[in-house]
Amino acid sequence: MVSEIKSKYVVFKLESNFYGLDVNNVLSIERVSKITRIPNSPEYMLGLMNLRGDVIPVIDLRLKLGLDISEVDKNTRVIIVNESDNVVGLLVDLSSEVMEIDKDCVDKPPNSGPGNELLEFVDGIGKSSDKLIVLLNLKKILTN
Amino acid sequence: MENDLKQYLSLFVEETKENLQNMNDALLVLEKDKENLSLINEIFRGAHTLKGMSGTMGFINMSNLTHEMENVLDEVRNGRVNLNGDIIDILFRCFDVLGEMVNYIATYGQENNEENNELIEELQKVIAGNVTAEPNKVQVKKAVEFDEYVLNTVRKAKDEGLNGYKIQVYISPDCVLKSARAFIVLNLLESSGNVVYSNPSMDDIEDEKFDNSLTIALITNLDKEVLLEKLYGISEIEKVVVNSIDIEGSTYEEANNDKKITISPKSNNEAKAPKKDNAKVGKTVRVDIDRLDNLMNLVSELIIIKTRMEDLSNNSDMKEMEDTIEYLERVTTSLHDSVMKVRMVPLERIFNRFPRMVRDLSKELDKKVNFIMHGENTEVDRTVIDEIGDPLIHLIRNSMDHGIEKPEERLKLGKGEEGNLILKAYPDGNSVVIELSDDGRGIDFDKIREKAVEKGLYTTDDIEKLTIDDLKNILFEPGFSTSESINEISGRGVGLDVVKNKIESINGSVELETEMNKGTRFTIRIPLTLAIIEALLVKIADETYAIPINSINEIVLIDKNSIQNLHGQDIILYRGNTIPIIRLDRVMGLESDKSMDEYTAIVVRKGEKQAALIVTSLVGQQEIVIKPLGKYLSNIKMFSGATILGNGNISLIINVNSLL
Repeated sequence: MVSEIKSKYVVFKLESNFYGLDVNNVLSIERVSKITRIPNSPEYMLGLMNLRGDVIPVIDLRLKLGLDISEVDKNTRVIIVNESDNVVGLLVDLSSEVMEIDKDCVDKPPNSGPGNELLEFVDGIGKSSDKLIVLLNLKKILTN
Repeated sequence: MENDLKQYLSLFVEETKENLQNMNDALLVLEKDKENLSLINEIFRGAHTLKGMSGTMGFINMSNLTHEMENVLDEVRNGRVNLNGDIIDILFRCFDVLGEMVNYIATYGQENNEENNELIEELQKVIAGNVTAEPNKVQVKKAVEFDEYVLNTVRKAKDEGLNGYKIQVYISPDCVLKSARAFIVLNLLESSGNVVYSNPSMDDIEDEKFDNSLTIALITNLDKEVLLEKLYGISEIEKVVVNSIDIEGSTYEEANNDKKITISPKSNNEAKAPKKDNAKVGKTVRVDIDRLDNLMNLVSELIIIKTRMEDLSNNSDMKEMEDTIEYLERVTTSLHDSVMKVRMVPLERIFNRFPRMVRDLSKELDKKVNFIMHGENTEVDRTVIDEIGDPLIHLIRNSMDHGIEKPEERLKLGKGEEGNLILKAYPDGNSVVIELSDDGRGIDFDKIREKAVEKGLYTTDDIEKLTIDDLKNILFEPGFSTSESINEISGRGVGLDVVKNKIESINGSVELETEMNKGTRFTIRIPLTLAIIEALLVKIADETYAIPINSINEIVLIDKNSIQNLHGQDIILYRGNTIPIIRLDRVMGLESDKSMDEYTAIVVRKGEKQAALIVTSLVGQQEIVIKPLGKYLSNIKMFSGATILGNGNISLIINVNSLL
């Protein structure tokens, strides 16, 4: 019997870890094009990207999650997401696949001491056959 | 069934709103001209349509309320109830409640639970109160809907031994081609006898301008049963009612009710007039606004690509290419103009609520106001129209509250008892001008001075030095309101500054002229559209930014030595004024140590304030398409949007207002 409560996630890589975003929030995955800087904005705010005539703000997800900055290379992608009409691009190292994860296979995020910026954006840890996937809370990422 | 109706919901909401607006307008005029029967008829028809439509959609509460309204209006138009201020007030309240109901329906797709029993009771009281006063007229309650011509024909037919029937046919609401059904019904009846009357008329049926029912007067030798059988033979007919036309009753009514006869010719004319309108309606199409926005976006894309091709052709020597691009330019320009025109909406859309507002306010304030509107057909882009409603409401309230005096006061001053408030709109080049003028008390600048000192904005010495223009500007400063009493209408601390900010946020301007005891005039100037503007592209270090042309005064070269430093702020003398210098590279975080002998500066203005923006170099003037930054970046104030340049790069549009 197939479990009723499966969710699909777009899985991508930051540094050496895998992360997942609910597929319902993802509009498309794009290659990086020229990004225009927005003066006086936070460091993680990379700027504006021209996506087929629409102006989309792009966030460096590594910086937003408190990881180290990285160089843009040929694997770098921008995941265009929509969360309650906030249309934003998230810069990630590599986007690999869409994965179905059973609700039963999602653990609560580990409790940790203060100062871990990443954990406040984490909904849970998804377990698949070969890897662990950090499931992100997009709403928190876009409002904090 | 439920689902079937859903698709008509938006149509229902829109038409109901239109209907309510028309009824509101008619009632406003009626209030002044209580004898105008054609207006009563118009409101009656409105109520009738609302009842029909809400009934079809299953909105019981709405249909009940409109039913009672219809009853009252019917009594009024038949002269059995005298129209007075109370009834008009009740009707206005009904309109308000109906408006709320429609809004609720528009939001939730279903009716709210408000039964409005109070209003219904009041409506019933209106009828009861009057009917008992004239009991003998209740007899003729079932008024005949046919005019003299029809009745006469029927009478003659009866003399010849034929039957006269009033036939009501209800077409199933599910019917897709109700015009076609109605035609079949009419054809069938015409083949069975002589149709002397039909409502809706043939023209209206053709235009599908009718509810689901038809009323027909037929003269025939057939029996009622035969007719019923024939009519039920047509598919998608829900119900048929056939009644003999009662000539006796109708002649009785005619004899008793002189008014009824005097109405008929008028209502006949009335019935013809809207038909002409219908013909006009037939040539228009309702289009979802999103589709237009989409079309506009595509045109914007085209303009961007055109600009890009211009760039390319400038770099190449192909003569033919240049010609082609010139042609492309002409086509895109006219395409853009056409799409812009489609998106234009008449100011009427926001003006139409003002007469009612003025009426309510004048009652509340105990003032008599003659409100006149001109040029409500003036069109502006729909991006602009949503922004100017609130400022105008504010200004109207302002004029009514502070400007126009009470009747006694006006008489003492030798003015007419009734104050005049005139709202005028007209196009002027690339902008639209809206003027609001009253003939009230005007602005007392001594009071402004007093108030400004009292509020600690200026010292007594300083205030004397201010010119009238300076004083006018004080009026537009935040938190400045001269009204002695804070009331519901205006003077809530949010004052003209809000108006000014709002208008300036859409690149418009507000001016004020006033004369003591003569009146005040506000002149608002707004651009026709916000979607595409002329802008100056500039380089700041190696980044390109756009500055809207309409906030630029002049471009000047500033000699290094003419810049003076005053308490850390660089200033310069410009046309007799000292104005601050803003180094955009510093503002944008691109500061360089490089010192130059001469700077390129753009003198910009926001109202009376000016500043010189120093840029690295000028790129050129260009038509740009404004793209919003989106919800996520909505807290950014320094940029009013972004634009995509010919090379596909994005450039931010500097919001000059935020810098000053």
